[in-house]
Amino acid sequence: MKRIDAINEVAEKAKETGALLIGNIGIPCKELHNVCDMQANFYMLGSMGLASSIGLGLALSRPDKKVITIEGDGSILMNMGTLATIASQEPGNYLLVIIDNGAYGSTGNQPTATSKGTDLAAVAKGAGNKRVYEADTPDNLREILRFVDAGVIVVKADPGNTDAPVIEMTPKEILERFMDISSQPSR
Amino acid sequence: METSLSGAMTPSESVFKGIKDAGIDFIVSVPCANLKELIPMVDAAPDIIHVPVTREEEGVGICAGAYMGGKKPAMLMQNSGLGNSINALASLDILYGIPLLMIMSHRGVEGEPIVAQVPMGELTPKLLDTMDIPYFLPQSGTDPAELIIRAWKVASEEKKPVAVLLPIPFWRTQS
Repeated sequence: MKRIDAINEVAEKAKETGALLIGNIGIPCKELHNVCDMQANFYMLGSMGLASSIGLGLALSRPDKKVITIEGDGSILMNMGTLATIASQEPGNYLLVIIDNGAYGSTGNQPTATSKGTDLAAVAKGAGNKRVYEADTPDNLREILRFVDAGVIVVKADPGNTDAPVIEMTPKEILERFMDISSQPSR
Repeated sequence: METSLSGAMTPSESVFKGIKDAGIDFIVSVPCANLKELIPMVDAAPDIIHVPVTREEEGVGICAGAYMGGKKPAMLMQNSGLGNSINALASLDILYGIPLLMIMSHRGVEGEPIVAQVPMGELTPKLLDTMDIPYFLPQSGTDPAELIIRAWKVASEEKKPVAVLLPIPFWRTQS
C-alpha cells in the first residue's frame, strides 16, 4: 500500500467520527487536502516533527473531542520525545497514526532509519504507550480504525507520492477555519 | 537588580500569581534549577493543565495545539531552550499567528557559575530581537506578576510568541 491509501482510510474515519485531524508537513498535507478537505483538518505546513505535538495539545485541551494526527516516519524520528510525552499523558481521545514508508517522501525519497531496521511500533511501546497497533494493508488499517480511538497505529507503506496540488489557503486562513470548530464548545 | 514583589511573596509565588491573573490555563515545562519552586506550584494548580515535555520545540507544538483548543498557553523554560525552539516559533507560531507566553529563566548572565550557560545567555536577547519576538524584563519597582499579565496581553493581541526573561538576580531572594 501507499501513503495515500492510508490517508484515505484515516480521513474517512475522521469524517465519520467528527474527529479533528492534524495533517503532516509536505506532500502528506497536500494529499490529505486533495482527497478530503474538511473544516476539521489542520494543515501543518512548517515545523517538521510537531504534528503529533499539536494533536496532543489539542486532545488534552479538548477532552470532549476526538483528535487524530497523521505523522510520517521521518517526522517522528525528528521528534521521538513526543512518543514519551504522549505515553505519559495517555489521553483517551487521541489517536496517532504514523505512516511509515521508510523514506523522506517530500524531499526525494531519501531512506529514513526505519528502512534500516528502526521499529517505530517497538519505539512507541518502549516509550510507554500501552495501545500500539500495526497495519500493512488498507483492509487491516480499516479494521483497526473501526474499534480504536486512542493510542498509536504504525502503518507500513511503500514510498511514493501522488501529484496532489499545492494548498491555496494561507496559513492564517487554515488556522481560522480550523479554530472555528476546534476552539468552540461542543454542542 | 531590585524587584518589587507583591507583598511578601517569593519570586516564584509572584510569577505564579501573574500566571493565574493572566488567565493562563495550559503550561508545558522543561526544568531549570530556578524553576524548581514554580513547576510544582503549576503542577498542583487544579485549573491549569501541566504537561512536562522532553524538549522545548515539542512544547511549542503542544502549546499551539492547546491554543487551537481554546486555551491560553505558556511554556516554563530555560533560555537555552530558545535555541531548541527557533524553527517551531517561526514556522508554526509566527507563520500561523499563534500566541505563546515563554517564561524563561535567563541563565548565563550576571552571577552565572556555569561557563557553558554563557554563550546562549548572551545570545538570547539578540535571537529574540532577530525574530521580532517581544520580551519583557523585570524592572525595579514593578511587580513581576504585572509583567506576566502585560506579556500575555501582547502575545494574545498580536498573536505571536513573547518572552519574559527572568535573570539570575531575580531568583536570588529565594533559596
